[in-house]
Formats: sequence, structure tokens, C-alpha cells
Amino acid sequence: MSTETISIFSPELATRFDALVTKYPVKRSALVPMLLYAQDEIGYLSDAVITEIAHRLGLTELDVRNVASYYSMLRFKPAGRYNIQVCTNICCMLRGAYDLYERFREELNIGPHGATADGLFSLEEVECIGACSWAPAIQVNYDFHDELTPDLVPGILADYRGRAQAEGSKNHA
Amino acid sequence: MPDVTFTVDGKKLTAPAGTLLIEACRKAGIEIPSFCYYPGLSLQAACRMCLVRQEKVPKLQTACTTTVAEGQIFTTESPEITQARKAMTELLLGNHPLDCPVCDAGGECELQDMTFKYGAGESLYAETKQHRNEQQWSPAVFYDRPRCILCYRCVRVCGEGMDVWALGVENRGVHSVIVPNVPGENGGGDQLDCEECGMCIDICPVGALTSGSYRYKTRPWEMNHVSTVCTHCADGCKVTLGVRQSNNGSEIVRGDNRDKSGMNGDFLCAKGRFGFDFVNHPERLTTPLLRNAAGELEPATWEDALRVAGARLKEVRDSRGGATIGVIGSNRTTNEENYLLQKFARTVLATNNIDHERTTDYAAFACALAGHPGKTAGLREIPSAPAILLVGGNPTDEHPFLAWQLRTNVRLNKARLYIANSRPIKLERQAKLTQELPPGGYWRLAAFLDAGQSDFSKAILAEESLIVIFGEEFRGPAVESLIAWGLKRANVRFAYLGDHANSHGAADMGLFPDLLPGYVPVTAPGPFAEYPNLPAAPGKTLPQMLDVANGGLGALLVVGANPVTRREVDLAALQNTFLIVQDLFLTETAALAHVVFPAASLYEKSGTVTNTFGDLQMVRKASDRAGAKPDFEILVRLAGAMGEEVKKLVPFGRGAMTADLGQSRGAQAGEADRHAVWLEANGLEPRLSPFDPFAVLDEIERLVPGYKLDRMNLMTGNDVRTEVAPTQPATASAIGGEDLIVPAHDTLFTSSTLGRYCSGLNEIEAHQTREHAEAAAD
Repeated sequence: MSTETISIFSPELATRFDALVTKYPVKRSALVPMLLYAQDEIGYLSDAVITEIAHRLGLTELDVRNVASYYSMLRFKPAGRYNIQVCTNICCMLRGAYDLYERFREELNIGPHGATADGLFSLEEVECIGACSWAPAIQVNYDFHDELTPDLVPGILADYRGRAQAEGSKNHA
Repeated sequence: MPDVTFTVDGKKLTAPAGTLLIEACRKAGIEIPSFCYYPGLSLQAACRMCLVRQEKVPKLQTACTTTVAEGQIFTTESPEITQARKAMTELLLGNHPLDCPVCDAGGECELQDMTFKYGAGESLYAETKQHRNEQQWSPAVFYDRPRCILCYRCVRVCGEGMDVWALGVENRGVHSVIVPNVPGENGGGDQLDCEECGMCIDICPVGALTSGSYRYKTRPWEMNHVSTVCTHCADGCKVTLGVRQSNNGSEIVRGDNRDKSGMNGDFLCAKGRFGFDFVNHPERLTTPLLRNAAGELEPATWEDALRVAGARLKEVRDSRGGATIGVIGSNRTTNEENYLLQKFARTVLATNNIDHERTTDYAAFACALAGHPGKTAGLREIPSAPAILLVGGNPTDEHPFLAWQLRTNVRLNKARLYIANSRPIKLERQAKLTQELPPGGYWRLAAFLDAGQSDFSKAILAEESLIVIFGEEFRGPAVESLIAWGLKRANVRFAYLGDHANSHGAADMGLFPDLLPGYVPVTAPGPFAEYPNLPAAPGKTLPQMLDVANGGLGALLVVGANPVTRREVDLAALQNTFLIVQDLFLTETAALAHVVFPAASLYEKSGTVTNTFGDLQMVRKASDRAGAKPDFEILVRLAGAMGEEVKKLVPFGRGAMTADLGQSRGAQAGEADRHAVWLEANGLEPRLSPFDPFAVLDEIERLVPGYKLDRMNLMTGNDVRTEVAPTQPATASAIGGEDLIVPAHDTLFTSSTLGRYCSGLNEIEAHQTREHAEAAAD
């Protein structure tokens, strides 16, 4: 019944959403996971994403925006393909997170919440990512990299560039 | 819930178990401060101002969410609590700009009051205040973001109260802001697409939400605040007008409900709140106009205009007879003016050719209820009725306050609302059951319900007590059949919907060719036999008066109406008619007149009006427009100019001593009446002036069946019930009642002819049209 006739999401995600809205006593409980999954697929919460989610849950778009804007990990602007999140909370900070962050800025030549021209990387400072024992740590999309030093930064970036190339050629093949 | 006893500040209080502590205290006269708590809305517990100490509970508790139980002990004032509230105030002031000297809310601000009371006069904050620019969300609503203290009252009243849900909160912590529902270029909301009721502005405890029509105009203490009745739709909301002296009388600068004593409590719609500016419109007539030899209207003195109009009316009456004179009355003038108008027509002009622009069939309603007292429902009873059947119409647009009452009842009392309509309406969201009817199928409703086939009719038949609300879709025999259905059952009461502030009053006051006030037939005048020269035969209806085939009238007097815009009117009918118009503006009808009298609006006169539910309220004069006179005074002066004995028309001054105390103008209009008790007690005469509308109200009470008013209640500003159901079965309804009805179908932002001159409403309508066009394009 809630199946959208034309969805902006992939068939897999649309099916997943159809199931998700039936899972809770009230439909709107599915809002936060839906926003998160939608962001993972589309890259950010575009107007179209908000419209469709609002429609699926029987909420106003205003309601969806109100909830989404509360969470710092939900974004309304596109991020890079690899979103680099540098933790600067206390453990990481004490073990040189800011040096790490600065090194990323220099290497990528972008500021906070900026994205590189090729759309490959974006950079942001985040609150604790729960890897204090291995500080300083960063999170690239859902991958963790820990016990870092600034010298390791070019290697990490090169690794992701390589990965992007491999995926790109695979897609072309 | 059983009563429980608990202790607050050493006093023993009693309240039903489960009552919120803040409410229980307020009822007992103990004030607990709060920003976010608002009666009738959901609980927020956001502002932490209502903290109290409860014995045996380790931390201070919010009184707005604490429910009382047996034996609890509370402290609401102590150094500890004062310190807590002071600290809260200081935190709120941390980002709140101290622009009180220019803020609209200055002097009426709850944050100011709290700071005054708890004295957070100095701040320990060294950080700079976070500034954000002000936003204009619509022509009516402005939002000054830093002033906002995030109490969420606006969000809740818009969503829960209005069922519009146009406001929300974006971001988190210190970055939180209230946002409207139309996103701007950079994501956050910056435009409103809503009903523009302005409830959010009135409910805002500080100056964060301000009104486009009032902002930066004046200070609250520089206005006089007059509570009167709104001049737009037929619900009769009480509106408080803020009035300031100006060069040409006095000027209304604000409409709100500072005075919450009316039926509408804190509710007002866009028309009530912003639709007062027509009084200051540049096209407002302020001098009488006379048609000169060249055939053009030119300004004239009151003396000249009255002399010409009076002489001509007298001449037509004496040479061609009263039957060649017509009178058309208004849906917006007071009961006293309407009563006086029909009395003037019948006794002075000697004609029954009197009618008004009918918007619904009140005559059929009254006649169908003849002999059945206590079967109508007032607007105050709607929010406590267990079950309501709403048939036809769209109250959200045409009766916004009724819609509010229905929503409130469903929300707070879980009332059962049943809706039968030929099209989907917004109130269906509150309905328990809905029934679609074919557009022409309303008249079959009674039979449909009696059949009891559908779930809808079964549910209705199972209700032990029911209020049936219906409108112009029911006329003549259809009204009769629906009411007959209800009268067969116990505990069914009715409300009948019409348009305009006093259309019910106009009908009750006998603006009909065949019915006297109180729907008494002219053929059997009963109490009205005392009228001198009352013509025995029914007169012409409005279309008949304006029908070419009838050969045209000798003279036509139009008071506050614009009949020539009606579809069936052929202007040739007025070719040889001497036309006199009393109105606020040079309407299409006034432009054709030989004499135009500038009339005062409902906001510039005293009297009473009756809303469509039969609730009668006193209208109090708020402002003054130099040059214009109330229709009441114009009619009395017109009778005087015809050489009539005015005392026969207006029963003022019993004996020889009379005096004009000038009650028709100035802030003290109606003063003599308010002092009537004192005057009587001192052997003096009340009603000293022929322009005192209350002299006519006395006569209305004496002669009109169903208008036996609770005077004391009325004079203190309350609404009182009227119920015009003739005691003996009426002989006939108004002639051709069904075909003469032209409903106004005004929207939230239109108000028929008057609406054209409300610039504020027109701007709001343009804004809403634009928002809808954009939404449709997306």
C-alpha cells in the first residue's frame, strides 16, 4: 500500500523501506533509519529524498526536515564519494588529531565540509567515533583507520583513489 | 476523577486527581510562571520556569507536567525556586536581544515580566549574543530569530490547534530556530504556506513573531483597547481593537484577542486579526455625495443631502404611495439599525418592500422550529457536545471559529464528529465517520439516516445526544424535513450557518417583505399592531424591486448592501428610481445613487449583533472616522428630514425633558445606557438621545419574540442566547425563500464587498496564491 509508484531509490532500498514502515507501531518511527539509508544510497538528503520519505511516512516535509536537521551526521549537501571524518574529541586530540586533520586539508586542499573538485573526497571534523583506544582515528564512510600519524595520510588517500579507479573500470567493463 | 487534597505553600487545596499542578494552582490563585505551558495544548516542559519543590522528591519538578495526588506537599515560592527561575531567565536572556525599547511586545512581554519579577538584571555571560537576521514569512507573519525563546507554543497552536502544521523546529541546541513550511534557497524554511490565522503571533510570549500589520507602528500602552465583535463572517468572534488617536478621528492599528473573554477565547482567523484596515482605506467615503445637474456625484453637506433625500422620499410616498418605495438592508449593520430600518420602511415610508441579501434561509429555519424552544445550539456549546453531525459547507474556510471549536472538541474531549458532504473538506481529518452525498442530494439526508443502512446512519442513530450543523444547502422544505427528523428524536439540537456578521440579525429583525421582526407575518402582526400605518399586504422581494418588468420603483433606499452586482439585476430597472445609498465606500450600487451617505463601519458604532448560532453580543465603538455617521443616526435624521416625529420611531425620553448627550460619537458612545441604572435610581431619564441604539434595543426586547435578553450579562460584555422560534406555528415562510438565497462562499481571505477594501487580506491572499502556484509547479 505504501509502495511508491515511482521511487527515486533503488528497487532493493524501496523494498526495504516498504518493510521498514510496517515494523513499528507508528510509521514515523522508521524515519531516522530511512534517512540514514537514503543518505547512504543517494549521498545526501536531497529535496527529492525528503519528499519521498515524507510521503512514505505520511508526514509533512517540514517534519522530516525538523528531524533530519537535528542530526549532524545527516547532510543536505552532497559529500565526496569518500567522506573523511576526523575525530577531534579528547583522546584523538591529545594524540595529534588536529595535525592529522591539517594534513588532510593540505593534501586535499579543501576546508571543513568541503569536497574535492573531482567529487572523490570530502572532509569533516566529527565528535567521538568510539575508537579512543586506538586514537587518533578517522572514519571514511563506514571504514575505520586508527593509530594514524600525518605521514600516513597520503597513503590512505592513494589507496582510496586506487579503489575508485578499480571500481570505475569494473563498471566500464 | 475523584478529588484529592494536597498542600501548596502551606495551603490545603482540592482538585480532581490527575489535574496538572500548574492548573490546580492557577485555579486557587497561586501563580506559577511558565512560558511553554499553554492551556489546551500538549505539554512541552521545555522552559523550566514552572519548577517547584515537591516533598520527598530529590530534584525540582515542573509544575506543568506534575499531576496532583492525595497528600502531596509542594512549595512554589522559596529562595531556592526563585534562584532557579532567575537562572533560567538569565539563560534565556543570554541570546535574547535587549531591544525592548523598539520591540512590538515591549510592555506585553512575558519575558520582561519574568525578568522584572525575578530580577535577572545582570548577566554573567561575557559571550557575544548570537545574531541572526529577521525573516518575513508572509505578509502577515515576521520572525525575529534571536528574540525567540523556543517555547514551542507557536508550533503547537499551529499544528494541534489549527491542524495546519506549518511550523517546526530545525537544528539543535543553541542553533535551534522555528521554521515555516516552505523551504528557501538554502534549505531552511523561509515562507509560510498556511491559513495565515496569526495565532502564532498572539500566542508568542515574546516579540519573536510579529504581525505585518502592526509591527513598529506603536507601543501597546499608547493604544486604547476596545473589545468588540468582528465584522466579517457570521461566527461573531470577539476581537480586541487597538486604537490610537489620529488626524481624522482615531485609527485602528491592531486586531488581536488580548481580551479573551469572548466565545472565541484565544482564537481569531486572518479576517478577524488583519481585516480591520478597510476603515482606513483611502477610498472611504467621508462626506455625503449628491448627484448634480450634470449628472455627476459631488460632495455635499449633511444638511443638503438629508434635505434632498428626505424631501424626495416624502414626495414619492405622498404622490405615488409607499408601495413604490423599496428598502434593502444590510447583513453587517447592527440589530438596532436593522430593526429601525424595517420600522422606518413600514411606518414612515409605508411600505413592506423591504428585503436584504439573503445568504441562507433563516426564515425557514425559524418556522420549522416554531413551537419547539431549546432546540438550537449556541457556539459556546459546540466544544462540549459529545456528538456533532456537520452537513455540507466548509467551516474551515467559511466559519473558521466553528472549525476551531470542532477541532478542539475532538482533540480535548474525543467528541464524535460526523461529516456528510458532497466534496472532501479539511475537517474530515477530525471526523469519526464521513459520508459522501451527491451534490444535489442533501434534501434526502433525513430519509437516508432513517433508513439506517450504512455504518454512518447507524452510528448517528445510536447517538443519544446530537448537534446538527448545516447551511445554505438546505432551504425551504429541505430545512423542514431535516428539522422534522431531529424533532422526532430526543436531544437533537440544530445550528444553521449563514454568512456575514449580522445576517441572522437582519433576518431576525424582519428585513423581509412578508415577515416582521421575529418572523411574525405582516398579515397577522400580533405585537406589531402598534405600528402606525403598517401596510397589510406583503411587499416586493429584492429581485422584484430590481426587476424591469415591475416598472421600476419611485425611490430605493439601500443600506450597507451592494445588490446591483447580483447576476439577475438589470440596471434599466433603476433608470427612473431615486436611489439613496448608505455605505462605507462608493460601491457599484452607490455609484448609481442620487444621494450617498457615508456610513460608519461596525467598528465605529455601538449596538448588538446576532451570530448565525443565535448568540447575541454587544458591539462597542472602537474608532471614529470624521465625516461618517452610524446608519442608525442617518436613518433617524432622514426621518427627521421627512418631517416625521422621531419619537415615534425611536422611543427615547419618556417625558418632556430630553437631551442629546452626544452618545453617537466619541469614546463614550452608549454611555447613557451603561448608566441607565444610576439614572433611573436618581429619578432621571435614561435614553435621552434619539441616536441611542439602546432605546431601540428596549423596543426589540419588548416586541420581538425570542429576544428576551439577559441584559446584565450582555452589558458586561458577554454573549447571550436568542432563540427566535415563534410560539404559535408560523403561517408561511418568506416568499420564494429558496431562490433568493445567494451564499457568499467567502474564503479565509475574502469578505464579499468589504473584503476588497481590506488591503492586508488582499496581500495575504496574493501570497497564498503564489505559494500554491509554486507548490503546484514543483
